[in-house]
Amino acid sequence: MIELRQAGYSYGRGATLSDLDLTLAPGSFHFLTGPSGAGKTTLLKLLYGELKPSSGAALLFGQDSRKVDRDGLARIRRKVGVVHQDCRFLDHLSVVDNVALPLQVTGRDPSAHATDLAQLLSWVGLSARAEARPPELSGGERQRAALARAVIMDPDVLLADEPTGNVDAEMSQRLLTLLTELNRMGKAVVVATHDMGLIRAAKPLVQARILRLAGGNLQAAGAEL
Amino acid sequence: MSAATTAKYLTRLAAQGAGWTARRTGAGLTRAVELALGDRDADRVVPPTGHTVWLTVLASAAMAFLAVFALAFALAVDQVAEGWSEELSRALTVRLPPGADDQLARTMEILSTTPGIASATQIDSTSQADLLEPWLGTGLDASSLPLPLLIDVQSDEGLDLRGLALRLHAEVPEAVLDDHATWRAPLIEAAAGLRAVGWLALALIAGTVAAIITLGAQSALAANAEAIRVLRLVGARDGFVIRAFTRRFTLRALAGAAAGTVLGGVGLYLLPAPGAVLPQGLALSGAGWLWLVLIPLLAGLVALLATKRATARALGRFE
Repeated sequence: MIELRQAGYSYGRGATLSDLDLTLAPGSFHFLTGPSGAGKTTLLKLLYGELKPSSGAALLFGQDSRKVDRDGLARIRRKVGVVHQDCRFLDHLSVVDNVALPLQVTGRDPSAHATDLAQLLSWVGLSARAEARPPELSGGERQRAALARAVIMDPDVLLADEPTGNVDAEMSQRLLTLLTELNRMGKAVVVATHDMGLIRAAKPLVQARILRLAGGNLQAAGAEL
Repeated sequence: MSAATTAKYLTRLAAQGAGWTARRTGAGLTRAVELALGDRDADRVVPPTGHTVWLTVLASAAMAFLAVFALAFALAVDQVAEGWSEELSRALTVRLPPGADDQLARTMEILSTTPGIASATQIDSTSQADLLEPWLGTGLDASSLPLPLLIDVQSDEGLDLRGLALRLHAEVPEAVLDDHATWRAPLIEAAAGLRAVGWLALALIAGTVAAIITLGAQSALAANAEAIRVLRLVGARDGFVIRAFTRRFTLRALAGAAAGTVLGGVGLYLLPAPGAVLPQGLALSGAGWLWLVLIPLLAGLVALLATKRATARALGRFE
């Protein structure tokens, strides 16, 4: 579905990432680890086309991200759910409206998906907070709302950037459970995290591969958890 | 999920959905308005933009107010210029030397039998004295001066000016036919200049509206850069974002311009009596008032194009 081929990226002063090879197959689960500043977020951005490789190629559903036009990129993003580290909500909209945002921007009638929305909010445990505004949510609630928004379009790929960065251990476990449930539904999942506890906690839940980013390269790729 | 919360937001969604469905399946006119003004559903995702709301509305209102007077001025000058041109092109003068009374009758006969002459009237000594009053003062005895004999001729459709000149030259050699071409040209030129000034003022106002709307849109877009990024990241096409911003700014410009036009129209209606230069003043008459309807429509169109351009440029910063 998504493939990096010798992909590299530079912000201008030397290569940030180089020679990355990665394939996200349906039903795969990857943890992306590495110290802060290693380029985990940059790599995720290459996977959903917010950044385009400086070298090599990123194939997003068979299309080279450097050659696809803007509308094509929008269509690709509807197949990739992303949980951003800072969640990126529209603060003037309620939680349910934020979750329904991908439906709205694609011209679908949110009311036709009201049941899906209700079930989704229930699944992430935010039914009672549906009408709240994002600034009123706790860190864990924000991450779960972001997760609900990421999966509302039933994407093939789910990318999560430090989803447990601002939540307690119990909430981390809850988010991990949600991610593994999605993986069992056949979605390819990539979780960028520097939380080794999260990776250890995932061991009984999912067959995952750990990718370590260091020095701009992916190391120990393919290592089983 | 609590039953109350579920009911609350499902009801809201249903209400939104009803509107959404109506808009999606509605009449062609609704779709046409959406295409022109953008999408109300898209508009909802744009965060409120605070003071730029009032900047846009007030600027549009002020510019529309000025545009009303500029338009009235342009139309009035246009009317005056047309009047000058038409009247002067119809007016001719035949001049005979002082004391040539014997030639006067023959000249009048020629004029009365020439096709295309509506009237031919000798300007009597009293009228001549009136014409000379600005230079020679009052109480002038015109008969004491060697004044030429003047005949005021009003032409009609189908006058062969060259034929008349040749006939007068042949039969009354001392008669001089003056079609006022010499001094009509600069007058018409001056009127055309005034007309150009009026339309230039309108063009400048339209340009200012475009600049202000563009600045307002750019300010809102800068303030909402993160919202635009989020929309793109969740799969919005550029068209969706453009429609969202376009609708908002176009409607604001329309509302402001409509208010400004109404105020300007009232001001125009209450203007004092006309002066000598513009005999009918700036007041519009009858269908002339319909021109004012164009002002908010043009302001909306300018806003639409300016916002589309500004939004498209802002989107270029995001993948």
